[in-house]
Amino acid sequence: METNNRKGWLYLLPAILFLGFFMVYPLIDVFIYSFEEGYNSASQTYFGVGTYNYSYVLHDPYFIQAVKNTFLLVIITVPVSTGLALLISVGLSSIRPLRNLFQTIYFLPYVTNTLAVGLVFMILFQKTPYTDGLVNLILHWFGAGPVDFIDGPYWAKMFVLCFYTIWVVMPFKVLILTSALASVNQNYYNAARVDGTSRLRIFLRITLPIISPTVFYLIITGFIGAFKAYSDAVALFGTNLNAAEMNTIVGYVYDMLYGDSGGYPSYASAAAILLFAIILTITSINLLISRKHVHYTN
Amino acid sequence: MEHQLDYQHVEQSARLHRKIADAITYVLLAVWALIVLFPFYWMVLTSVKSYGSYNAEYTPSFFTLTPTLENYRDAFTTVPLARYLANTVLFTAATTAIMLVVITLAAFAFARLQFRGKNLLFTFFLSLMMIPNELVVITNFVTITNLDLRNTFAGLILPSVTSIFYIYLLKENFEQVPDELYRAAKVDGTSDLKYLWKVMIPICRPTLVTIAILKVIECWNSYVWPRLITDDPNYYLVSNGIQEIRENGFGRENIPAMMAAVVVISVPLIILFLIFRKKIMAGVSRGGTKG
Amino acid sequence: MNIVLQNLTKKFPGHGRKAAEEVVAVNDFTFEIPDGKLVGLLGPSGCGKSTTLNLICGLIRPSSGQIFFGSQDVTSLPPEHRGVGMVFQNYALYPHLTVLQNILFPLQNLKGKNRPSKAEMQKRALDAAKLVQIEELMERKPGELSGGQQQRVAIARALVKMPHVLLLDEPLSNLDARLRLQTREEIRKIQKATGITTIFVTHDQDEAMSISDQIVVMKAGVIQQIGKPQEVYDNPANLFVARFLGTPPINLFAGTVRDSKLYLGTNCVLDAPGIPDQEVWAGVRPEGFLLQPDGPLICQLTGIEVMGRDISVVSTHPACQAAAIRSIIGSDTRVDTSQPTVRFALKPGKVFLFRKDTEERLACQLR
Repeated sequence: METNNRKGWLYLLPAILFLGFFMVYPLIDVFIYSFEEGYNSASQTYFGVGTYNYSYVLHDPYFIQAVKNTFLLVIITVPVSTGLALLISVGLSSIRPLRNLFQTIYFLPYVTNTLAVGLVFMILFQKTPYTDGLVNLILHWFGAGPVDFIDGPYWAKMFVLCFYTIWVVMPFKVLILTSALASVNQNYYNAARVDGTSRLRIFLRITLPIISPTVFYLIITGFIGAFKAYSDAVALFGTNLNAAEMNTIVGYVYDMLYGDSGGYPSYASAAAILLFAIILTITSINLLISRKHVHYTN
Repeated sequence: MEHQLDYQHVEQSARLHRKIADAITYVLLAVWALIVLFPFYWMVLTSVKSYGSYNAEYTPSFFTLTPTLENYRDAFTTVPLARYLANTVLFTAATTAIMLVVITLAAFAFARLQFRGKNLLFTFFLSLMMIPNELVVITNFVTITNLDLRNTFAGLILPSVTSIFYIYLLKENFEQVPDELYRAAKVDGTSDLKYLWKVMIPICRPTLVTIAILKVIECWNSYVWPRLITDDPNYYLVSNGIQEIRENGFGRENIPAMMAAVVVISVPLIILFLIFRKKIMAGVSRGGTKG
Repeated sequence: MNIVLQNLTKKFPGHGRKAAEEVVAVNDFTFEIPDGKLVGLLGPSGCGKSTTLNLICGLIRPSSGQIFFGSQDVTSLPPEHRGVGMVFQNYALYPHLTVLQNILFPLQNLKGKNRPSKAEMQKRALDAAKLVQIEELMERKPGELSGGQQQRVAIARALVKMPHVLLLDEPLSNLDARLRLQTREEIRKIQKATGITTIFVTHDQDEAMSISDQIVVMKAGVIQQIGKPQEVYDNPANLFVARFLGTPPINLFAGTVRDSKLYLGTNCVLDAPGIPDQEVWAGVRPEGFLLQPDGPLICQLTGIEVMGRDISVVSTHPACQAAAIRSIIGSDTRVDTSQPTVRFALKPGKVFLFRKDTEERLACQLR
């Protein structure tokens, strides 16, 4: 085929322009910002170059709180959502009647506005002077006292955040796992049945190893996604997350950038780069672990 | 004969096990379906309870005998919900349309045209896929602010009109169109652009539709960037709008009206989903991400 | 252990909306598989042979009828209690387990007093591996093995639990031609050595003919004929069986019986005593042709194909149903290719007559 340099680049021009302007340049710029000390966004001037921004961020109690929240969220939601999704997908794959209906229902949260449905969760869990809310009503049936999950104790707020996050990420995981399970050759199961393998053993020794690349993919994307959590928290606790002690690292970045406490792109950049470093480290660790435990078929 | 009985026993217990396992499975699945559906039910239910009756319920009631559409009227009159919706529709339509043009041209260049540096550029594009949005959003915010594009549609739309992933997806699809068609078109003297428009796009329409739907979902639900770039309620999208409603709108207590607003902004996507259920689920399992 | 199928029937609900459109995959099967024999289920794809195999191993339940292993009715017994070993078409070796782990897998499923000790398991796995000569491959993963080696692992895995019955689903279809010949001999050898009643399914008549003690020819869920391979070949019960068995396939002519004589077109080829006048299908095996200068069957010569041991004479005849007649004659015979025609006499034992309507064999003594 003929080579036509000009034409090729012409077709790519819009994509290159947009990507260059909104992705490549900012990527370089964010590192520069993070080392510019005392940057003033109004005058666009700075005093010097150094690591002060990082040290500021690392000593900021709000950042420490955000890191703590984020790690808790990650540690709780990733295993729970992956395990639960696995359980549900296996259940889904073992039934025929109603399977499509269940699948459709399970996918619904994927297409809903996180902010909007977050409000519903808020009113379900909130305790106000007018009502204890539905969740507290259910707790009451079991003899547990009313708890304000939205403005109350830390653990209660963390619980709601984790619960909502899991609710939001489940559709994707269930969908991916169900299609992974569907692609496992039925003959493996037939062979196992003829050999009298128990259901549990089939799952642990055959199904799980065969779909392990998918599970691992979900764990990695789950980690990355959970580290970047933000809008779920806003949906539940409002935009002032620092006051609610429920801020996340991404929330900290945006708060530094904009809003009541904003106007510090340098701090925001430093925090964003720290977040990226954390994600990179965790992903690398995940990859290392996976070498041992994940079976890739060629 | 003794053996025969033994066999019967084995068979019965196997069948019983199977039944118990099935029952447990269905119960588990139903419980999760309930957890998924309940917030939707509660949102619709609350939205049709009148303000007075909702606030009178210290113990929430699971149904209402006197549904009212009052809250929906409030949602459209007390707060500018219609404006938020219009903004979102405009933003979604414009972003999706521009993106489709940009990625189609790019995917076509990668899939069909020959030029120097193609492979290098494509590799570079793929490596950009790993960059998290959080890292570039800071500079983009500053850029848009400096360009005086805050509180404009241009500022909202421009940073999200390219997607490397979709370019990749479309390129893969374009490459499945046989080379012979391209050569035949060349022999007939068809221009590249005409070939793209008349042959490639019709053949790859399913993929384009899937990409468009996924982008619409993404746009409809986008929150972070619009929040950074708009502080004038005239330019709020539904996500910011709902946040605004929650913090300053009806007053914190008018929960039924708030839920009516939530229903209104949730319904379009749910309808879209029910229509394109198979396409959306297939598209997402090919590489959508969330969470 | 002998296996008896009695009026075995399997219906599948039809696809689409109409539930009434059932597919009868296996229709009223009754036959006995003698103890320690190798039986081939043979038929074109979709004839229900795999379904039959799955019924015997218990992966699917019959709609009606019964299955006996020895004197025991196993019809509704789940597969794990039947004591069958099964080799699947694509082997179904667990890709993440090594060969040894694959072979051990069925043993590790055993519970209670049936469960052998660790050492016993290892020993049995090794014995099974030795039987199929894969003992050097024990630490490899299936992905690192050739098709033939995977096949052996699958057989070893099926044999390790010492099944009463060994079932093989298209065991050779994934192998290349050379390996196929070799492997089928091996399957025969292993079966002889273990004496396990073995049933295998194939669509390749060569395969079935070459190693089976008995073949069962099936078509559209109905048994066409059961018997020793040579018997079935020499004595096909109907047109389908005659056409299905044999390479090159049987040559089919539209014939007429008039005054106890068989005519192919205008050529009167054989005497057919005792057959009323009628139109018939006449099948002639390729080896049923004798080149004779004054032979009654006059064909237009197309050419000859030398195949080493034999010569295949390709010719045409107006009554022949195929584009060409293929006849096989010894390579010591000379064919004069300069002549436009070639004349054959037919061996009576290699010519079969079938009724035009039912396609059933017409019993008669051709001369």
